[in-house]
This record gives sequence, C-alpha cells and structure tokens, in this order.
Amino acid sequence: MKKMILALVFLAGVFGGLQAQKIKGSDTMLPLSQKVAEMFMKARPSESVTVTGGGSGVGIAALIEGTTDLAQSSRKIKFDERQKLQQGGKTVKEVTAAFDALAVIVHPSNKVSGLTREQLEAIFTGKITNWKDVGGENLKIIPYARETSSGTYEFFRESVLRNRNYMNGIMSMPATGAIIQSISQTRGGIGYVGLAYLNKDVKALGVSYKSCAGHVQPSAASAKDGTYPIVRPLLYYYITQAESRSKAFVDFVLSTEGQKIVGEIGFIPVK
Amino acid sequence: MRKRIRKITEHLMQGLFTLSGGVTSLAIILIIIFLFKEGLGLFRSSEVEKAYVLAVNVSNPVGALDSRQIKEIFDYTYTNWSELGGADAEIIPFRFEDIFSIYDESELGNDYELLPEKLGEVIASEPNILAFLPELYVPKDNADLRILPLRNISPRSFFGGIEWMPTATPAAQFGVLPLIMGTLWVSFFAILIALPLGLGVAIYLSELADERMRKLLKPAIELLAGIPSVVYGFFGLVVLVPLIQRALNLPVGETALAGSLILAIMALPTIITIAEDAMRATPKAMREASLALGATHWQTIYKVIVPYASSGIMAAVVLGVGRAIGETMAVLMVTGNAAVMPRSMFESVRTIPATIAAELGEAPSGGTHYQSLFLLGCILFLITLVVSISAEVISKQPVNKGL
Repeated sequence: MKKMILALVFLAGVFGGLQAQKIKGSDTMLPLSQKVAEMFMKARPSESVTVTGGGSGVGIAALIEGTTDLAQSSRKIKFDERQKLQQGGKTVKEVTAAFDALAVIVHPSNKVSGLTREQLEAIFTGKITNWKDVGGENLKIIPYARETSSGTYEFFRESVLRNRNYMNGIMSMPATGAIIQSISQTRGGIGYVGLAYLNKDVKALGVSYKSCAGHVQPSAASAKDGTYPIVRPLLYYYITQAESRSKAFVDFVLSTEGQKIVGEIGFIPVK
Repeated sequence: MRKRIRKITEHLMQGLFTLSGGVTSLAIILIIIFLFKEGLGLFRSSEVEKAYVLAVNVSNPVGALDSRQIKEIFDYTYTNWSELGGADAEIIPFRFEDIFSIYDESELGNDYELLPEKLGEVIASEPNILAFLPELYVPKDNADLRILPLRNISPRSFFGGIEWMPTATPAAQFGVLPLIMGTLWVSFFAILIALPLGLGVAIYLSELADERMRKLLKPAIELLAGIPSVVYGFFGLVVLVPLIQRALNLPVGETALAGSLILAIMALPTIITIAEDAMRATPKAMREASLALGATHWQTIYKVIVPYASSGIMAAVVLGVGRAIGETMAVLMVTGNAAVMPRSMFESVRTIPATIAAELGEAPSGGTHYQSLFLLGCILFLITLVVSISAEVISKQPVNKGL
C-alpha cells in the first residue's frame, strides 16, 4: 500500500512536470523570458515554466509541432509557417512583449554622426567603400555583419538592406560582443548591435529612413516613440485554441512588473 | 577448475576488446557514410530555394538563368533584360511578399484562395517581371505566365564558385573555393611560422638544455596543448588582433596573419614534442662516433642528429598541419570570416571549420545550406585524410642510410 502511494506521488510529480509551460525560441529573448519566468514562478508557486533557446525559427517550428506552448520570436511569423499552422487547423496569436532597437555603431574617432538608410544599404552591399563619400575622412569602410545564423543578421537585411544581399566577403562575427570588440579597435569599422549592448567603446550613429528628415540617435525613448527606424518587435506566439495554457504568463509579461523587467534587461517596454 | 575460469575470463576479455574495436570502427565508417550521404544530396537540389519557382511573363524570350544571374537580378546588379539575352527592357524583380504591398490581406481570401489569381494578374500586367513564387501559389492555367526551367546545383559551381552566400534569396550561392583556399592559406603560413620555431625549441630541448631546464620546459610546452582553443581565440581577438593592426598600420586587424599566428602557437606543442622525441631517439653510438671524429657539437646536431630524425620531424610537421587545418574556434574568432579568395596575409579569410561551426546551428535540417555544410565537412575530411596518410607514410620511412 505504501509503495502504491509512493508510486502515485511519483506519477503525480511526473505529470506535474509535464504540465510545466514550455517556452522556446529566439536567443535574443532568452534573458527576458528567463527573468520573467523566474518572477512568474515566484509570484505563483503552483506554476512551473521552462525556457529554452535555439533561435526564432526553432521556436516557431516547435509551436507548429506542438512541442512548446509559447514560441518566443525576434521576427514576425513567416508566411509559410502560418500556412503550416493553418493546414493543421490551428491559428496563432501574436503578442508583442517588447521592442529591440538595433544601433549602427562605428569607431569613436569617426566624424560621421548619422547615415540614411540608402547610405547604409550602399555600405553593406559594397557600393560605398570610403568614409569620404558619406561625409567622413578619407578612410576605407570596413563593414562587419553577424553570422548568417543570427536573427539580427536577417532583420538587418530585411529592414535596412531591403532584402538585398550583403556584399560578397563581408566580415562576419560570431557574436555581438565580438562585433563591439572589433569595431572598438578598427577605425574604419561599421556594424550593428542590439541597443542593450551599446557601450562607450563604440559610437552609435543616428539613422534616418527618409533622406529629408534629420538623423535620429538610437535610445529607448526614440525607439519607443517611433522616430528611430531600426526597431523590431520581440514577440510571443501561442496557439489560439490553447490560450488558457499560456495566457497567465503572457499577461504577466505585459503587466507593470513584467514590463519593468523588460526595461531592466535593456529592451524597450511596450507600455 | 581455476584454470578453466581463467581461460573463460581470458576469452571473455578478448571478445570484449574485439567488440569494442569493432564498434569503434563501425561508428567511424557510419559517420563517414552519413557525412557523404548528406553532403552529396546537394547536387540533387535545385538552385532556387526549395518549393519556390521563378516565373516570367510569357512574352519574355529569356531562357534558363543560372543561380548567379538570379541573385544578381534580385540585388539589382543586372537591371536590363538585354544583359541576359532578352529584350531591351528594365528587369522588375518581384518577391512573393511584395504582393502584400499591392493587395490587402483581406482581398486575398480567408485561406489565400485568391492569391494565385492575383499573382497571375500581376505577372500578366508586367511584361518585364521576374517573379519569385512558392510553388503552391503558382496560378494554374494562366497563359500569360511561363515558369523558368530550374537547374540543379552543379559540382562545377560548387567547387569552382567564388561566392559563398548560403542564405541569399532567391538563389543561394555555394562557391567553396574561397573557403578551401582560405583554410589552406592560413594553415600553410601557420606551419611556415611554427616549423622553424618548433624545430629550434626541439633541438634546444633535446641537445642543448640541461636536465633541470628540460624538466621545466617540457611540461610547460605540453600544457600549451591543453589550453582550450576558444581561450586562444579570445587571446587572439583581444591581444593579437589590435597588435597586428597597430604594428602594421592595417585598416583591419582580423586577418589571415592573425589566424596563422594563433594556429602556429597551437601547432607548436605537437611539433616540438614529436620532433624532440625523434631527435632523442638518435642512438648514442652515432653521436659519440661523430664527436670522436672531431665534429663539433653543432656539426653533430645538423649533420647527424637532424638527418637521422628527419622522418620524425616530417611527421611532426604533418601532424601540426593536421591540427591547423581542423582548428575551428580560435580561427573563427580572429580571421574576420570574410569569404573572399585570399590574396595576401593582411586580409580577412574564412576557413571551412569556422564556416561549419558558425552556420550549422541555424541551417534548416535537410535543406541545401545544411547539405552544403556537410559537403564542406567531406572536403575537410578528405584533406585531413591525405594529411594523416602522408604522416603515416613519412614516419614509416627507413632512416636515412646515406649517413
């Protein structure tokens, strides 16, 4: 009898483990989800949440297969992913949890203070190769990109390069930290990093998407009011039919407490 | 009775060892088969992204396009159809997503059932269009539209191509020549740096250093081999790269030179240890004979000991090369990873192992990018196979008889 009870308790434990909410996806959002999950579980000890990374694409694929409850994604769901969900008779709900601005950075000694989107596109596709063509000194431009596996690489290509390809043979760095390190020691360097990673070793450029308007410096305020253009939403996706499973967590992210964490991590709160 | 038990245990042990050997060999063979099976699938894949097609207006006379031309069109490098054998008219590249900026989503029906029709309208209305569409939404029975024939990725474009852009849409570029050349380039200069240095240290350790010095130096050098490569990479990025940049006044510090230097440091312990062992294996009689004939210590070293140990030294070099070619993390961090054909030591290069490490994580499993990375793995495997076979052949060579 005792053994039976033990077995039951064990089974209940396993079952409880299975009941844990699973969040999977973007590595950019990983620190956010982890921190929020921590606070969430502190506030509601009965709930259990597990968070894993792997990339936005991995998260959405898991959502389609039903192996995760929430997908975190630093890009919008793609057309064919939505198609796949629809084929399975499911629809998906999108929640914007925060915004992330990408800052274009150069060496601190660089005299250029702002660039337009067209100029950025020309630099990263290899059409402009000298700083003097964009108002700087006579110095070769060395563009740095992230590796192709990064969501940041894709977002920059879509938003700034308008889907054109980066120049052949662009320097590609495996991590954000490596980009900052390289640019802080390369006088002609230019690259892009998330706003939260900015530090005094590099200089952030103002950016404008319309050539007539002035350059806007990246900051939490300018990203929030929409004047800074290179901003991407950080999203959670869940299946509408299984809303009850994830609603509490998503609501928690959007609560004042959750949005405070968003700000602490260096993203821009939605509220 | 005891004898019998011993016999049985011996048999058992023997069987166990045979089994473990067999399992290991089988695992290696399976890995190789897997590598080649995945990799060679690339040549059965289309040049354009899977499940997508390219369509033109029926009035357009252009025939098949190759992947390079397709990419250049969508990058606006080719802007006129006459450059590709068509009429003198501006090319209008059209990505499938562009449809959403022309029509509102509500106009396309709940399940996008009107999408093919609308796409057909766009293509029909624009004679100079080149449309990139999912196969699923190709308008059926549309007389105004012609699907361009697609070719498979050819071994020629893979091994001979000089552009590595595996995520370019609509047509990814898989030219591995810059990667192969980059790998060989960095490794070659690494060995050029490491060989004289390593040989010098080996001679010093085996012939000149006293016992106390040797006991101190040898473990220190062997310790070098135990440092994780990512630590070397970090050291390279933070110390070596800025140093090279300032010392040589280069625009960028992440160069092939930085990679070669780091690899040279990493290959040194291998070269020193093996070369030193080979030199110390020179029979005492030979050294004594040489000294007895009146040769100085130095003459004995370079006329007797080095020639005697030459096959060991060669083996050391070849193993050092093998270490350099396969090294991933350190190179990934210091060479800048620009996929261009290496022309000098002072430019950025991209190596095969760095490419695999950086890209495999996010390449969709089974896709062309994934397959191309496996094929890169095959190339790397073949290179290191050649290296280790030559090491084997060289180290088995009989000692120079002409002494």
